[in-house]
Amino acid sequence: MRLDPAVRDAMLGAVPSLRAYAISLCRNVDRADDLVQETLLRAWAHADSFEAGTNMSAWLFTILRNAFHSEYRKRRREVPDGDGTYAATLKSQPEQHSRLQFREFRDALAQLPIDQCEALVLVGASGFSYEQAADICGCAVGTIKSRVNRARSRLAEIMAIDSADDFGPDREQRAVLTGTDHR
Amino acid sequence: MIEEPKPEDPATEDPRPNGLDRPMNAQLERQLDPEKAEAKLTREIQIKIGQQLRAMYMNVVDQGVPDRFVELLRRLDEGGDKKGEE
Repeated sequence: MRLDPAVRDAMLGAVPSLRAYAISLCRNVDRADDLVQETLLRAWAHADSFEAGTNMSAWLFTILRNAFHSEYRKRRREVPDGDGTYAATLKSQPEQHSRLQFREFRDALAQLPIDQCEALVLVGASGFSYEQAADICGCAVGTIKSRVNRARSRLAEIMAIDSADDFGPDREQRAVLTGTDHR
Repeated sequence: MIEEPKPEDPATEDPRPNGLDRPMNAQLERQLDPEKAEAKLTREIQIKIGQQLRAMYMNVVDQGVPDRFVELLRRLDEGGDKKGEE
Protein backbone atom coordinates (compact mmCIF):
# COMPACT_ATOMS: atom_id res chain seq x y z
CA MET A 1 0.00 0.00 0.00
CA ARG A 2 1.38 3.36 -1.00
CA LEU A 3 0.51 6.49 0.82
CA ASP A 4 -1.35 9.29 -0.90
CA PRO A 5 1.48 11.72 -1.83
CA ALA A 6 -0.55 14.59 -0.42
CA VAL A 7 -0.74 12.82 2.94
CA ARG A 8 2.95 12.02 2.83
CA ASP A 9 3.83 15.64 2.05
CA ALA A 10 1.61 16.86 4.85
CA MET A 11 3.37 14.48 7.23
CA LEU A 12 6.74 15.77 6.12
CA GLY A 13 5.54 19.34 6.43
CA ALA A 14 4.54 18.74 10.03
CA VAL A 15 7.97 17.41 11.02
CA PRO A 16 9.50 20.76 12.12
CA SER A 17 6.63 21.45 14.55
CA LEU A 18 6.58 17.85 15.74
CA ARG A 19 10.28 18.11 16.55
CA ALA A 20 9.81 21.39 18.40
CA TYR A 21 7.03 19.86 20.45
CA ALA A 22 8.98 16.65 21.05
CA ILE A 23 12.05 18.55 22.22
CA SER A 24 10.02 20.52 24.73
CA LEU A 25 8.65 17.25 26.09
CA CYS A 26 11.82 15.13 26.01
CA ARG A 27 14.38 17.86 26.68
CA ASN A 28 16.85 15.93 24.60
CA VAL A 29 17.23 16.30 20.86
CA ASP A 30 18.21 12.71 20.07
CA ARG A 31 15.35 11.26 22.04
CA ALA A 32 12.98 13.83 20.56
CA ASP A 33 14.01 12.81 17.05
CA ASP A 34 13.45 9.15 17.92
CA LEU A 35 10.01 10.11 19.18
CA VAL A 36 9.24 11.93 15.93
CA GLN A 37 10.38 8.88 13.99
CA GLU A 38 8.15 6.64 16.10
CA THR A 39 5.30 9.07 15.45
CA LEU A 40 5.79 8.94 11.69
CA LEU A 41 5.95 5.13 11.73
CA ARG A 42 2.74 4.91 13.74
CA ALA A 43 1.06 7.49 11.53
CA TRP A 44 2.12 5.58 8.44
CA ALA A 45 0.82 2.30 9.84
CA HIS A 46 -2.51 3.88 10.74
CA ALA A 47 -2.82 6.27 7.84
CA ASP A 48 -6.24 4.86 7.03
CA SER A 49 -7.53 6.13 10.37
CA PHE A 50 -6.76 9.69 9.35
CA GLU A 51 -9.96 11.39 8.28
CA ALA A 52 -9.38 13.41 5.13
CA GLY A 53 -10.22 17.05 5.61
CA THR A 54 -9.36 17.08 9.30
CA ASN A 55 -6.26 18.69 10.74
CA MET A 56 -3.26 16.50 9.85
CA SER A 57 -1.04 18.37 12.26
CA ALA A 58 -3.39 17.82 15.21
CA TRP A 59 -3.65 14.13 14.29
CA LEU A 60 0.14 13.76 14.28
CA PHE A 61 0.50 15.67 17.53
CA THR A 62 -2.00 13.29 19.12
CA ILE A 63 0.04 10.29 17.96
CA LEU A 64 3.25 11.89 19.19
CA ARG A 65 1.76 12.67 22.55
CA ASN A 66 0.48 9.11 22.96
CA ALA A 67 3.86 7.68 22.00
CA PHE A 68 5.54 10.01 24.46
CA HIS A 69 3.28 8.97 27.31
CA SER A 70 3.55 5.29 26.58
CA GLU A 71 7.32 5.10 26.12
CA TYR A 72 9.27 8.28 26.65
CA ARG A 73 7.70 9.97 29.62
CA LYS A 74 9.50 7.97 32.28
CA ARG A 75 12.82 9.00 30.80
CA ARG A 76 12.02 12.69 30.77
CA ARG A 77 14.02 13.53 33.85
CA GLU A 78 17.00 11.46 32.84
CA VAL A 79 19.91 12.96 30.97
CA PRO A 80 18.67 16.30 29.82
CA ASP A 81 20.84 17.83 27.14
CA GLY A 82 23.94 19.51 28.32
CA ASP A 83 24.36 23.13 27.41
CA GLY A 84 26.10 22.20 24.20
CA THR A 85 24.02 19.50 22.60
CA TYR A 86 20.86 21.51 22.30
CA ALA A 87 22.56 24.77 21.45
CA ALA A 88 24.55 23.02 18.75
CA THR A 89 21.38 22.13 16.88
CA LEU A 90 20.20 25.71 16.79
CA LYS A 91 20.31 27.28 13.39
CA SER A 92 20.94 30.75 14.69
CA GLN A 93 23.42 30.58 17.51
CA PRO A 94 22.10 32.79 20.26
CA GLU A 95 24.40 35.25 21.96
CA GLN A 96 25.90 34.28 25.28
CA HIS A 97 23.34 36.27 27.21
CA SER A 98 20.29 34.98 25.41
CA ARG A 99 21.69 31.46 25.47
CA LEU A 100 21.81 31.76 29.22
CA GLN A 101 18.24 33.07 29.32
CA PHE A 102 17.27 30.27 27.00
CA ARG A 103 18.71 27.70 29.30
CA GLU A 104 17.09 29.26 32.34
CA PHE A 105 13.79 29.15 30.56
CA ARG A 106 14.18 25.52 29.56
CA ASP A 107 15.12 24.64 33.12
CA ALA A 108 12.06 26.47 34.40
CA LEU A 109 9.89 24.65 31.87
CA ALA A 110 11.35 21.34 32.99
CA GLN A 111 10.16 21.99 36.53
CA LEU A 112 6.53 21.95 35.41
CA PRO A 113 4.47 18.79 35.67
CA ILE A 114 4.33 17.23 32.21
CA ASP A 115 0.58 17.80 31.76
CA GLN A 116 1.05 21.54 32.33
CA CYS A 117 4.12 21.70 30.13
CA GLU A 118 2.46 20.02 27.17
CA ALA A 119 -0.67 22.16 27.45
CA LEU A 120 1.37 25.36 27.61
CA VAL A 121 3.47 24.47 24.58
CA LEU A 122 0.47 23.37 22.49
CA VAL A 123 -1.42 26.59 23.18
CA GLY A 124 1.44 29.05 23.68
CA ALA A 125 3.83 27.94 20.94
CA SER A 126 2.31 25.39 18.55
CA GLY A 127 -0.60 27.69 17.89
CA PHE A 128 -3.40 25.23 18.68
CA SER A 129 -6.66 26.48 20.11
CA TYR A 130 -7.72 25.35 23.57
CA GLU A 131 -10.23 23.05 21.86
CA GLN A 132 -7.59 21.44 19.63
CA ALA A 133 -5.19 21.09 22.56
CA ALA A 134 -7.97 19.39 24.54
CA ASP A 135 -8.52 16.94 21.65
CA ILE A 136 -4.81 16.21 21.42
CA CYS A 137 -4.50 15.59 25.15
CA GLY A 138 -7.79 13.76 25.39
CA CYS A 139 -9.25 15.96 28.10
CA ALA A 140 -11.81 18.71 28.61
CA VAL A 141 -11.22 22.26 27.37
CA GLY A 142 -11.53 23.54 30.94
CA THR A 143 -8.77 21.19 32.01
CA ILE A 144 -6.44 22.56 29.33
CA LYS A 145 -7.23 26.12 30.36
CA SER A 146 -6.48 25.46 33.98
CA ARG A 147 -3.26 23.59 33.12
CA VAL A 148 -2.10 26.50 30.97
CA ASN A 149 -2.92 28.98 33.71
CA ARG A 150 -1.15 26.96 36.35
CA ALA A 151 1.85 26.55 34.05
CA ARG A 152 2.03 30.31 33.47
CA SER A 153 1.83 31.25 37.11
CA ARG A 154 4.32 28.58 38.14
CA LEU A 155 6.77 29.75 35.46
CA ALA A 156 6.26 33.34 36.58
CA GLU A 157 7.13 32.33 40.14
CA ILE A 158 10.27 30.53 39.04
CA MET A 159 11.35 33.32 36.75
CA ALA A 160 10.58 36.08 39.26
CA ILE A 161 13.00 34.43 41.64
CA ASP A 162 15.63 33.78 38.99
CA SER A 163 15.51 37.23 37.46
CA ALA A 164 14.92 39.35 40.55
CA ASP A 165 17.99 41.35 39.54
CA ASP A 166 16.57 42.18 36.13
CA PHE A 167 13.58 43.83 37.70
CA GLY A 168 15.07 45.13 40.92
CA PRO A 169 16.83 48.45 41.40
CA ASP A 170 20.10 48.85 39.59
CA ARG A 171 23.36 48.83 41.49
CA GLU A 172 23.57 52.58 41.94
CA GLN A 173 20.03 52.81 43.13
CA ARG A 174 20.57 49.95 45.52
CA ALA A 175 23.69 51.63 46.87
CA VAL A 176 21.73 54.82 47.49
CA LEU A 177 18.95 52.92 49.19
CA THR A 178 21.23 50.93 51.42
CA GLY A 179 23.57 53.80 52.11
CA THR A 180 26.65 51.92 50.94
CA ASP A 181 27.65 54.39 48.25
CA HIS A 182 30.57 56.51 49.46
CA ARG A 183 31.50 58.96 46.76
CA MET B 1 42.98 64.09 48.18
CA ILE B 2 40.95 66.93 49.61
CA GLU B 3 39.91 66.25 53.12
CA GLU B 4 36.27 67.15 53.45
CA PRO B 5 35.10 68.09 56.91
CA LYS B 6 33.08 65.23 58.30
CA PRO B 7 29.60 66.21 59.38
CA GLU B 8 29.09 65.98 63.13
CA ASP B 9 25.84 64.15 62.82
CA PRO B 10 24.95 62.58 59.47
CA ALA B 11 21.26 62.58 60.39
CA THR B 12 21.10 66.38 60.48
CA GLU B 13 23.30 66.90 57.45
CA ASP B 14 20.54 66.14 54.96
CA PRO B 15 17.22 67.39 56.19
CA ARG B 16 15.26 65.75 53.37
CA PRO B 17 13.59 62.48 54.25
CA ASN B 18 15.44 59.69 52.55
CA GLY B 19 14.42 59.20 48.95
CA LEU B 20 11.59 61.70 48.70
CA ASP B 21 13.49 64.04 46.42
CA ARG B 22 14.36 61.23 44.04
CA PRO B 23 12.33 60.10 41.07
CA MET B 24 10.08 57.10 41.56
CA ASN B 25 11.93 53.91 41.00
CA ALA B 26 10.94 50.28 40.97
CA GLN B 27 11.92 49.76 44.56
CA LEU B 28 9.96 52.71 45.92
CA GLU B 29 7.04 51.92 43.70
CA ARG B 30 6.97 48.44 45.18
CA GLN B 31 7.09 49.85 48.69
CA LEU B 32 4.37 52.40 48.10
CA ASP B 33 1.99 50.28 46.04
CA PRO B 34 3.04 46.66 46.23
CA GLU B 35 -0.07 45.36 44.49
CA LYS B 36 0.31 47.60 41.46
CA ALA B 37 4.02 46.88 41.19
CA GLU B 38 3.34 43.18 41.58
CA ALA B 39 0.78 43.23 38.77
CA LYS B 40 3.24 45.06 36.54
CA LEU B 41 5.96 42.56 37.32
CA THR B 42 3.60 39.68 36.59
CA ARG B 43 2.62 41.23 33.24
CA GLU B 44 6.25 41.75 32.29
CA ILE B 45 7.10 38.19 33.20
CA GLN B 46 4.12 36.80 31.31
CA ILE B 47 5.19 38.67 28.19
CA LYS B 48 8.70 37.32 28.65
CA ILE B 49 7.39 33.78 29.10
CA GLY B 50 5.37 34.01 25.88
CA GLN B 51 8.35 35.36 23.95
CA GLN B 52 10.80 32.77 25.23
CA LEU B 53 8.39 29.93 24.70
CA ARG B 54 7.87 30.91 21.07
CA ALA B 55 11.56 31.66 20.53
CA MET B 56 12.52 28.23 21.83
CA TYR B 57 9.92 26.56 19.64
CA MET B 58 10.64 28.54 16.49
CA ASN B 59 14.34 27.89 16.81
CA VAL B 60 13.60 24.22 16.20
CA VAL B 61 10.92 24.81 13.57
CA ASP B 62 13.36 26.97 11.60
CA GLN B 63 15.70 23.99 11.27
CA GLY B 64 13.26 22.55 8.76
CA VAL B 65 13.05 18.83 8.03
CA PRO B 66 16.24 16.92 8.84
CA ASP B 67 17.37 14.50 6.12
CA ARG B 68 16.71 11.53 8.35
CA PHE B 69 12.95 12.11 8.08
CA VAL B 70 12.95 12.74 4.34
CA GLU B 71 14.84 9.48 4.01
CA LEU B 72 12.49 7.65 6.38
CA LEU B 73 9.37 8.63 4.46
CA ARG B 74 11.05 7.81 1.16
CA ARG B 75 11.91 4.33 2.42
CA LEU B 76 8.40 3.79 3.76
CA ASP B 77 6.96 4.92 0.47
CA GLU B 78 9.16 2.52 -1.49
CA GLY B 79 8.72 -0.38 0.90
CA GLY B 80 4.99 -0.01 1.23
CA ASP B 81 3.12 -0.57 4.45
CA LYS B 82 4.58 -3.83 5.69
CA LYS B 83 2.85 -3.74 9.04
CA GLY B 84 -0.56 -3.27 7.48
CA GLU B 85 -0.11 -5.91 4.80
CA GLU B 86 -0.91 -9.03 6.79
